[in-house]
Amino acid sequence: MQISEAWLRELVNPPVTTEQLVEQLTMAGLEVDSVSPAAAKFSGVVVAEVLSVELHPNADKLKVCSVNVGGEEPLQIVCGASNVRQGLKIPAALVGAELPGDFKIKKSKLRGELSLGMLCSTKELGLAEDADGLMELLADAPVGKDIREYLALNDSIIELDLTPNRADCLSVEGVAREVAVLNEMDWSVAMTDSVATSHQDTKNVTVTSVDDCPRYLGRVIKNVNPNIETPLWMQERLRRAGLRSLGPLVDVTNYVLLEMGQPLHAFDADKLQGTISIRPGKADEKLDLLNDQVIELDEDVLVIADDNQPLALAGVMGGSVTAVSDTTQNIFLECAYFAPESIAGKARRFGLHTDSSHRFERGVDPTLQHRAIERATQLIVEISGGSAGPVTEVTTEASLPPRSPVTLRRQRIEKILGVTLLDEQVIAIFQRLGMSVNEISEGWEITPPGFRFDIAIEADLIEEIGRIYGYNNLPTRSLLMRSELGKATEAELSIDSAKNLFVAKGYQEAITYSFVDEEIQQIIAPDDVPISLKNPISADMSVMRTTLWCGLLKAAQYNVNRQQTRVRFFENGLRFINQDGKIKQHKALAGLVLGQINEDQWGEKTRQVDFFDLKSDIESLVALTGNKVTFVADKHPALHPGQSAKIITADNTELGWMGMLHPTIEKQLGFDQSVFLFELDQDLILQKNIPAFSALSKFPSVRRDLALIVKEDVSVGAIQNCITSCSINIIQDIVFFDVYRGQGVDDGFKSIALGLILQDDKQTLTDAGIDAIVSKVLDKLSNQLSAKLRD
Amino acid sequence: MSANIEEILTQALQELAKASDLNQLEQVRVLYLGKKGAFTQQMKQLGKLEPEQRREAGQIINTAKNTFQAQLDASKEAMQNAALAERLASEAIDVTLPGRGQSVAGLHPVTVTLRRIEKIFASVGFQAVEGPEIEDDYHNFEALNIPAHHPARAMHDTFYFDAHTVLRTHTSPVQIRVMESEKPPLKVIAPGRVYRCDSDITHTPMFHQVEGFLVDTDVSFVDLKGVVYEFLSRFFEKDIQVRFRPSYFPFTEPSAEVDIECVMCDGKGCRVCGQTGWLEVMGCGMIHPEVFNSVGINSDEFTGFAFGMGVERLAMLRYGINDLRLFFENDLKFLEQFN
Repeated sequence: MQISEAWLRELVNPPVTTEQLVEQLTMAGLEVDSVSPAAAKFSGVVVAEVLSVELHPNADKLKVCSVNVGGEEPLQIVCGASNVRQGLKIPAALVGAELPGDFKIKKSKLRGELSLGMLCSTKELGLAEDADGLMELLADAPVGKDIREYLALNDSIIELDLTPNRADCLSVEGVAREVAVLNEMDWSVAMTDSVATSHQDTKNVTVTSVDDCPRYLGRVIKNVNPNIETPLWMQERLRRAGLRSLGPLVDVTNYVLLEMGQPLHAFDADKLQGTISIRPGKADEKLDLLNDQVIELDEDVLVIADDNQPLALAGVMGGSVTAVSDTTQNIFLECAYFAPESIAGKARRFGLHTDSSHRFERGVDPTLQHRAIERATQLIVEISGGSAGPVTEVTTEASLPPRSPVTLRRQRIEKILGVTLLDEQVIAIFQRLGMSVNEISEGWEITPPGFRFDIAIEADLIEEIGRIYGYNNLPTRSLLMRSELGKATEAELSIDSAKNLFVAKGYQEAITYSFVDEEIQQIIAPDDVPISLKNPISADMSVMRTTLWCGLLKAAQYNVNRQQTRVRFFENGLRFINQDGKIKQHKALAGLVLGQINEDQWGEKTRQVDFFDLKSDIESLVALTGNKVTFVADKHPALHPGQSAKIITADNTELGWMGMLHPTIEKQLGFDQSVFLFELDQDLILQKNIPAFSALSKFPSVRRDLALIVKEDVSVGAIQNCITSCSINIIQDIVFFDVYRGQGVDDGFKSIALGLILQDDKQTLTDAGIDAIVSKVLDKLSNQLSAKLRD
Repeated sequence: MSANIEEILTQALQELAKASDLNQLEQVRVLYLGKKGAFTQQMKQLGKLEPEQRREAGQIINTAKNTFQAQLDASKEAMQNAALAERLASEAIDVTLPGRGQSVAGLHPVTVTLRRIEKIFASVGFQAVEGPEIEDDYHNFEALNIPAHHPARAMHDTFYFDAHTVLRTHTSPVQIRVMESEKPPLKVIAPGRVYRCDSDITHTPMFHQVEGFLVDTDVSFVDLKGVVYEFLSRFFEKDIQVRFRPSYFPFTEPSAEVDIECVMCDGKGCRVCGQTGWLEVMGCGMIHPEVFNSVGINSDEFTGFAFGMGVERLAMLRYGINDLRLFFENDLKFLEQFN
């Protein structure tokens, strides 16, 4: 909400500067977002009167005017505006004037005619974005007076960012009330006398939904002139509040809304049929709104209707059929109190947000309606003429929001705020806030005024004490906390350690969006049904990732497109799985590498990163946990079928995947080199074994190397499993150190070189003993895998 | 006899001097001190002498032998030193050439910032707890005293999956989850990703928050002020000006926004702080009785405070980052600046 400082100061004028006033408001919880001048900087513009207008001899559209600017002699000024005419009062920029946009007025000749200044439009003075002709001033405007002074333009516009609880400050009066409290000043609203009625015409009003509309006031005003120009002072106040002038009838309702915070609506009375009813909408009804939107109603929304049709969405927006227009003669002015619960959410449901709905859903003072309708009537009659009829009122007292006393216990103030206040201080604060205070033994009973919807429980009162006392006047205490010793969980590797490992291995941490492009998601994980957002911010952020690869690939693309030839990323975060209609959120740790294994280095040939480089990094992480995992050749839709592995735990649980991005996808995503990926279940991979010591053998270990010839399809893993299945404890470790194909090895076969590390914990191994073990192993390898010793 | 020894010694020393490497030295040694060496031969002949001559002759031989031995050792050492010096010279390298191997990368600035925040709070026993990011309406709103249609919902531009399922708009639901399952006293921080349906130069649809809360029998607003002030001073590593402004959050009361003096201009007023000299860095307040109600904690017995801060915002202020969107573009040129 934005308001004019001058308007505010008309109601309460504390002896503080604009800066101090703004500081006061901000520190009281009415945050000031900005303070801006009410008008752009300009000078040298005065009120002037057009004395005569003659056609320009050399130009069709220009006129040569004689203008009284308050000097001894009239000035000749050439003007092109269509509305220039004799007797008109306008702003005139004199020679030497500076207009907004660094525009200097000089003595000049226009098509041969001398021009000693410029007659101005609102646009030229920076008061409007667009203007149709000269700015017309009132006939009584004093010629020669500086226009800034005349229009009171030396004002500031204060923009407040109000929190939803402070509906009471959504008006100039509301802010004035708060300013008065803060400065310990008195203030009172200007009471409006009831307007004298001059006819007895009324509209019948029935309220069906009394809880939604506890109070409804309406009155007929006859013979108004809707085409009168709204007075400049009102236009200016509206403009400074960010509203455009829309004719005197609408302007007045907007003005009262700004002034008091009470929304009003004016219907064209001649378009209303029969009784006005406030009732729920019906399922088959439609309503044409003022903004040309047609909405379909149901019982959930509250409408204002006549005998024929719904007329307005109550508290939100009027309908177009009964709106006031240039031809309106009689109006029906509505001023109601709608319950916040009935309006809340209704505007948003239809994609609307209006000044009226904003106030009603936060709470309008239910005691305000009489004063507001009189104020609006008075202004309408003053500006547009017309005669007012009596007010029709339907009020259901029992449905008005009760303002019941709230108990404040003395000891709770200290318990919550941490400071002890004197009773007098507490009472003074509430009295200043317009609350009635009744002392009871444990504290006070405090009744808030009608406009304070936010005061319902004890905590609300304590907050008010803190706010008015000043948060910054409360002491600051170094907290003494109850503490117990912290944990040192050993059965889990911390994610920080895992991250540090990848950082040390040259992986940069990435953080990518959790929602991704559905297309990429589909390419990477065609078998997953991703969880879709109902209201995504854009198509490329529309589904929740089922794998972190989507984001990592996009991040890699981004960098490759920026001349990066080597990318190494890791990320941890949730992936979101739709498991039979249930949402599962799994922590994952994933990575991506492409490009050279190392940066260019002297003295060593570099090479592209491959499967085993990545595998080694995963093995390092596994080594930190002491777990055993197995890499099993398996197919994944995103990965190269010959270079992908499923990673499983010792008890056969899937831990994750790694491999080369499928060449088709690589091409599809625009990479021009191999990309390697891994993704691991974070919770599983970080599970850690607590080490259990086993005694060291006192006897020497021996290594025996074997070169085996096996068929191409026999994997090293199979050889390892075969040897392990011999269950020979003496074999401590198996080291694979070469794979050879070529001369000496038949096609379709390969030679695998491995070393057996043997050690007994009871004796030194003898040659005979070692030979026996080796031959047992070879027998098994021969039987199971048709492996032969290489000659 | 002694003349003979002198001759042998002179000859031996001459041969030593001629030896040019350790091998030749060894040959000379064997020639004179070996089993059949010249000095050894002389010693063997002592037995043939009269006892009183024997002593004198023995002394002469020993003296000569020692002289030879000393010279031998000296030559040997000189040769070893020369050999070592030669090796060292030949093995000298250009130590300014770069090292080889894998280069080290770094953590994302959000992680760096989160770790610092967690470390500061962990030092006094705050436990870090995580929660789900796809949240139900109850934990994200209802239990936090934000019923349906509450105007405060408009403050959260929420991503929806269906009417009851949302992407969490803040990490406050973790507060509810913890209080549902654990009894006070509680000291918890909840870091994590949060989501708002908003994207422009100052908003990304995903960002990180740290929610913190403390519940105990004797906690008040002045303690909250102390914790917030101390945290901000530790985080920015200076004694920073902090102010508390009344504000509104449905789940705390009293509620406050916390401003710090602008760290870019030291409070003098600049573009970053909109010339005000102040920067809004976090929201906080005393936990609302309705929130305690919804998790079954007696608000007459226990009080508590909660605070929440934006991690990217703190990182931007700490490191002078001027564009929020950089955090999620993952440009290596950006990320590597924090390694």
